[in-house]
Amino acid sequence: MAEKKTKRRDFLFTATYAVGAVGVGAVVWPMIDQMNPDASVKALASTEVDVSTVNPGNTITVLWRGKPVFIRRRTQEEIVEAKSVKMDELKHPEKDEDRAKNPEWLVMLGVCTHLGCVPLDQKGDYNGWFCPCHGSHYDISGRIRKGPAPTNMEVPKYEFVNANTIKIG
Amino acid sequence: MSDHNYTPSSKVGKWFNDRLPLLTLANHLTDYPTPKNLNYWWTFGGILTFCLITQIVTGLTLAMHYIAHADMAFESVEHIMRDVNYGWLIRYIHANGASMFFLAVYIHIFRSLFYGSYKSPREIIWIIGIIIYLLMMAAAFMGYVLPWGQMSFWGATVITNLFSAIPLVGEGIVTWLWGGYSVDNPTLTRFFTLHYLIPFLILGLVVLHIWALHVPGNNNPVGIDIKKPSKDTVPFHPYIVIKDGFALLMFMIVFAFFVFYTPNILGHADNYIEADPLVTPAHIVPEWYLLPFYAILRSVPDKLLGVIAMLSAILILAVLPWLDTSKIRSAVFRPLYKQFYWILVADVLILGYVGAMPAEGLYLLIARVATAYYFLHFLVILPILGFKEKTLPMPLSITEPILGGSPNLAVAKNKESLDK
Repeated sequence: MAEKKTKRRDFLFTATYAVGAVGVGAVVWPMIDQMNPDASVKALASTEVDVSTVNPGNTITVLWRGKPVFIRRRTQEEIVEAKSVKMDELKHPEKDEDRAKNPEWLVMLGVCTHLGCVPLDQKGDYNGWFCPCHGSHYDISGRIRKGPAPTNMEVPKYEFVNANTIKIG
Repeated sequence: MSDHNYTPSSKVGKWFNDRLPLLTLANHLTDYPTPKNLNYWWTFGGILTFCLITQIVTGLTLAMHYIAHADMAFESVEHIMRDVNYGWLIRYIHANGASMFFLAVYIHIFRSLFYGSYKSPREIIWIIGIIIYLLMMAAAFMGYVLPWGQMSFWGATVITNLFSAIPLVGEGIVTWLWGGYSVDNPTLTRFFTLHYLIPFLILGLVVLHIWALHVPGNNNPVGIDIKKPSKDTVPFHPYIVIKDGFALLMFMIVFAFFVFYTPNILGHADNYIEADPLVTPAHIVPEWYLLPFYAILRSVPDKLLGVIAMLSAILILAVLPWLDTSKIRSAVFRPLYKQFYWILVADVLILGYVGAMPAEGLYLLIARVATAYYFLHFLVILPILGFKEKTLPMPLSITEPILGGSPNLAVAKNKESLDK
């Protein structure tokens, strides 16, 4: 009899804790989630860029979702150089073909994958980009070659709307 | 704190004190028995309290004019500097006050390291102190973001990106911290909110820090347990109050020098350029007080390990009371520890220096050696030293070596340095 009573009490305690935990969670989650990107931030998902004025060997930088995007029109030598790199030399192996669908145009987030600085164009030991913050060197395909960055610069989702316009996002 | 039988002399005082014993607390604070040999390194607790109050008061007044919005923050700071009555003064006090706060806290921490103030029975005081120090760094970092200059923006970008090193959830956490896909207006407004909140959290922890201090009482330069109250102690008021007050005046001279003569020397010129998400300044450096940890971060070639090393360098301090195996507190009686102590001081200064230099070539090599030594000191040298070191004989009381003649020549010889 006494044992049965304790069990009933135990059940009530456990049920109370469980309901309490769900209740606390339901109140805490909105407080946490309010810090995530809001609807107005998410709405700025894509941007269109006119690239008709970009000459070979030049890079333009555009802002997409608050971040810089590099659009480089590569020269023939640069394309050859980017394609000639052997995969086992790379810290984060990715073929140039996979990074630049149209080899003439390299489109990538101009954000160092180490701690988020903007790498400098045409600097560093690999003829590509160099991050001034902590010394990461990227090649002409935006792949990490030397320094603390763990991965290649990210290629965002993009498409050519027509010959002169790139839509990012 | 417990052995207190205080009765206010006035009837009203007694009536009030019976209902809320504030007068007992005040009496405890004035009579609080303090070791009579405390030197000037012990005055930095009071100085730090002054720094906290200064930051809160100047911060409140700045907040009356500052606008936390990405489009207006930079201009509102210039508005404070040019238009607001004495705005320049209040802002320079606040900005340099942060540096002064850290200057004082580093002296305070290194005093504890020298005299073993973190050891039993004062571990909780020490750990609360480390939490305060962490909160100070968070507050200083977020405060530096508010003017929305280039260093603000890119400092915020780099520091928040540290969290992206966490496997799997890292990127999600960074987006959550930013409230977007980059550091932007939502980041600024929440940093302002937290920058406003943290000083009051620190204030609360300072009360706990002092409460925990008043249980065992102050450590002292000799590092022995003393009887309280006794010939070895003096009441806090007026003795320590006057001494702390004098030290505070000296400190304020240094403070005022920075505010009035070189208000921007500790800052960075790039922060007078408005934040530009497309251009990273050529050379990003944090404020001077974070440089040693920045050097540790950069000395590790792997992103995740670099972040772990940097955090460990701070958190290792929290377990210091258990890493230091020596029962003797004061370095005065630990001839070997005293030497390692000064090597550590030099090591941290070197880390600070290379943290301000580009992370390449010789600087990188020095940073790596200094980082390795930093951890070696805490993880290897301190635990072993407690067992191997031959310590000097301790006096029985503070008074003994001075009035009674010491059985210990080293103490008599050290008398001068103790008195300082």
